[in-house]
Amino acid sequence: MKLLTHNLLSSHVPGLRPGGGFPLRIELGHPSELPPEPIPNFEADEEFLRRVHHVLLEVEVLEGSLQCPDSGRRFPISKGVPNLLLTEDDA
Amino acid sequence: MKKLKLKELESCLQQVDTFESPKLLLEQYPTRPHIAACMLYTIHNTFDDIENKIVADLGCGCGMLSIGSAMLGAGFCVGLDIDADALEIFNSNIQDFELTNVNMVQCDICSLSDSMSDTFDTVIMNPPFGTKHNKGIDMIFLKTGLQMAKTAVYSLHKTSTRQHIQKKAAEWEVKMEVLAELRFDLPASYKFHKKKSVDIEVDFIRFSAKKVLN
Repeated sequence: MKLLTHNLLSSHVPGLRPGGGFPLRIELGHPSELPPEPIPNFEADEEFLRRVHHVLLEVEVLEGSLQCPDSGRRFPISKGVPNLLLTEDDA
Repeated sequence: MKKLKLKELESCLQQVDTFESPKLLLEQYPTRPHIAACMLYTIHNTFDDIENKIVADLGCGCGMLSIGSAMLGAGFCVGLDIDADALEIFNSNIQDFELTNVNMVQCDICSLSDSMSDTFDTVIMNPPFGTKHNKGIDMIFLKTGLQMAKTAVYSLHKTSTRQHIQKKAAEWEVKMEVLAELRFDLPASYKFHKKKSVDIEVDFIRFSAKKVLN
């Protein structure tokens, strides 16, 4: 799962507020190499753009989980595939 | 990007591994390489809706349409399917073909509603037709696809449902164009099929995604 794909996903746990369930928190072993906020004038910073491109399109999360920011429900990522299916327990 | 000929595309797609044990209730069957190649070729050459575009494949199964899109130069492809076994085959296909711009998500298309609105340029699909206690599922796929797409949705539907779809398209204020009439010869992939293969008439349709969908 690339970061680009992650950006499309949201949680469908029933009972969330409108617009809730997004963004899903990525839980991994190691921290990201990017600063938490874009630096000022980032468009001109070649090095920064290279790192963003790398994280967005070249890094694949193979194992980990995505956590719903509202319900705390975790969706597993296995072999690069996030599983957003809800179970009977979620209803 | 080397220009791929239709025959070359079809040849490549014949290498795509398909379902080992298709699940009856999910209406699983692989999109035939010939049909997939013709569909994708039209989408690419006539409408330019694949190259460098972000493409979604709803009900991707083993990934026939996604892989074909990637080969025609899609910027990025995401396949969505409910079945882990199919996605596992899709994953191994992606590795065999050494594709780096294809991802997949396991989810239930019927429960996505509008959570991914306007996230893809193009949506392509061969949806379940609703023949296995899941009547209406093709329309749910279509509606969701239309919400997800910025430009167009390309889909396959039984010709017998054409009028119903036209009505819905008008209701959703979406333009619909039947690009081709196909014959699916579904091989007897399920044990209960009496004949060797069944011929179904299928429309290949393009829907423009300008919408007023709630």
